[in-house]
Amino acid sequence: MAARRRTFRHGVHPPELKELTEAEKIRRLPFPDEIVLPLSQHTGKPAIPLVAAGDKVQRGDKIAEADGFISSPVHASASGTVKAIELWPHPDGTYKRAIRIAVDRYSAQAPRPRIVPHWEGLSPKEIVKAVQDGGVVGLGGAAFPTHVKLSPPDDAKIDTIIINGCECEPYLTTDHHIMSEYPERVHLGLRIMMHTLGVDRAMIGIEKNKPDAIEAIRATLPSDLDVTVHPLTVKYPQGAEKMLIRALLHREVPSGKLPMNVGVVVQNVGSCAAIAEIFETGLPLIERIVTVTGLGVERPGNFIVPVGTKVGELIEACGGLTEDAHEIVFGGPMMGAPQASLDVPILKGVTGVVVLSKDETKPKESYPCIRCGHCLDACPVFLNPQLLGQMALAGLYEETVDAHIWDCMLCGCCSYVCPSNIPLSQLFQVTRTQLRRLQAKESAAA
Amino acid sequence: MSDPRFLVTASPHLKGPATTPVIMWNVVGSLVPIIAAAGFFFGVGALLVVASATAGAVITERVLGKKGSLLDGSALITGLLLGLTLPPGFPLWMAFLGGFFGIAFGKILFGGLGQNMFNPALLGRAFLQAAFPVAITTWPERAGGFWHINAENLSLPFMSAGETDTVTGATPLGQMKFEGLGTDTMDLLLGSISGSAGETSALLITLCGVYLAARNFLNWRIPVSIFISVAVLTALVHFLDSSYPTPTFMLFSGGLMLGAWYMATDMVTSPVTNKGCWLFGAGVGALVVIIRLWGGLPEGVMYAILFMNALVPYLNRWTQPKVFGTRTREATS
Repeated sequence: MAARRRTFRHGVHPPELKELTEAEKIRRLPFPDEIVLPLSQHTGKPAIPLVAAGDKVQRGDKIAEADGFISSPVHASASGTVKAIELWPHPDGTYKRAIRIAVDRYSAQAPRPRIVPHWEGLSPKEIVKAVQDGGVVGLGGAAFPTHVKLSPPDDAKIDTIIINGCECEPYLTTDHHIMSEYPERVHLGLRIMMHTLGVDRAMIGIEKNKPDAIEAIRATLPSDLDVTVHPLTVKYPQGAEKMLIRALLHREVPSGKLPMNVGVVVQNVGSCAAIAEIFETGLPLIERIVTVTGLGVERPGNFIVPVGTKVGELIEACGGLTEDAHEIVFGGPMMGAPQASLDVPILKGVTGVVVLSKDETKPKESYPCIRCGHCLDACPVFLNPQLLGQMALAGLYEETVDAHIWDCMLCGCCSYVCPSNIPLSQLFQVTRTQLRRLQAKESAAA
Repeated sequence: MSDPRFLVTASPHLKGPATTPVIMWNVVGSLVPIIAAAGFFFGVGALLVVASATAGAVITERVLGKKGSLLDGSALITGLLLGLTLPPGFPLWMAFLGGFFGIAFGKILFGGLGQNMFNPALLGRAFLQAAFPVAITTWPERAGGFWHINAENLSLPFMSAGETDTVTGATPLGQMKFEGLGTDTMDLLLGSISGSAGETSALLITLCGVYLAARNFLNWRIPVSIFISVAVLTALVHFLDSSYPTPTFMLFSGGLMLGAWYMATDMVTSPVTNKGCWLFGAGVGALVVIIRLWGGLPEGVMYAILFMNALVPYLNRWTQPKVFGTRTREATS
């Protein structure tokens, strides 16, 4: 085959900044004194609580049930007593209902014994059910319930599973360490997914800046399956689903459609490992691997963190904040959400905690747009951010719909390259919020 | 419960290194060798012309522009470029007036940086061409060493300089147009010809332009498409009737190099899309050839660029990028 460049068009090259935690092996931290588990940690309806204040729970117990198919249950990530079910700061910036558990200090944190059926004996439907019961959601950030992706509608012909190990966000090394330290788990998860979807072909895309991860995944490749590893050009946002599909298969997901419309299911390596864990140990998704990094943290590292750990305690375990810590971001610095409080819990979908220093967050001066066109050259979905930005600034929100505002992934490439420092991506977030409000108003009036 | 220690801003939280002042000051820096060459070829008079055009532009920006807008360097570029397109023996007061007009009417009136439709430097020059047609087409013969200043340079506002001792010469384009004479390509490349202060050395301008293109401070598609368009059209005409000039002569004479590398690539007044830039450059090239070969003037770069500037909004509209996922269904292999 001709040496086709394994990448997509446009995009940007931010500094990788991964050296802080690249060499840090994954470590486990002591359990915190309190765990806070929001009922909404996923895309879809919030879960329905099954416990009440005062109930004793054991690690791994289901404490909230999924509300319908596009929803996910919540499990206790530590043994202890339910303190309350109340509003608590959520990483999205609002207050949401959450189950607070006082962790029992003297507990061995052992889960209840359980029967783990062998996955090969299960039908696809039963596997989907087990994955939903395990509370598995996309661990790459979007937290879309994984079992929904595993049960495509009958008319969708899926021919390829793509495993996303790009980790194109600067600073983060979560997926990197999952691949280099638990490659067998990734392969087992993939095997189960291939069995469930009845798909014969799988591709694992990894950016070239993680040679040891590529090496580890290659060394453990199963010989009986058509699974291939593809080192990809280091470019942001290579890990965006649509860009990854484009890079590996040269297929373009139609505007407004999903990967399954072009016959592909994309899963993050973390979700893959989480599926494997359900069938290895029977434990649901109650902990995840998180990179805690940035110039604002004393001792950055990669950790196994019980879901629901408060970010403040996690940072404390990393030696605390430095003098010039200024902004805490969940996820990577390009698309991550800023946090206003140290009480916010780590959710299933939090890939990393990046603490930026005062130097990195220094406000920079904005200039008028000089129409250089750099944003058009950066936009991976071929929008015209310059025009969209002018519309947004003028408050012409409804006009932006025709200019494809909903195709924007909010990847931030345009803001990153803009020499006039116009907050384009930020403006688009505002625009979309305004549009949603307008829609809500219209449907209320109708 | 939000913690006042922490900043909360929308993503992305990283910012690339390029800034508008960095771009502008790099352009200024890349003009330094060209200004030095103007001094080398035409003496201190040419430097004074550039200086007074720049003074006109900068002072106007300072007085009429937004507070602090001088720091972005764009007014300085306008002044320098205008000065470089003027004859070395041009009266200084006229150069100053051109700088004022370019900034005041070409930029401030539209709303400042980023809002203007036309290249301010060229608008200033177009004004001067209309107001002082004789002065702007008087090309002094290089003579008298570096410290020699032409008498016209120092003429007082609205006064005729009277009888002067300046020996005038013709530019290569003028010779071609009115006498049918060609010029040695080597002279055109190096710049030892008569012409505007900063337009004579095609080689030097290209080097400076390539530097800017390599750092992505100008869109290389614009100069490249202008050159292709001029070369192809001229070659065609030359092939049909060899009394017309050759492509090499057309490319390296007059203001084409400065226009293609510095004027047409002005980000504000060129298209934002790459496809638009190709069309823009092709249009500029075609108009240059038409004006030079069949128009009344020997040189047409200025009008060609100004005309295409007016088309930029349409070029942008016609060449909007096709959004990912709406293009023709690609082979789903």
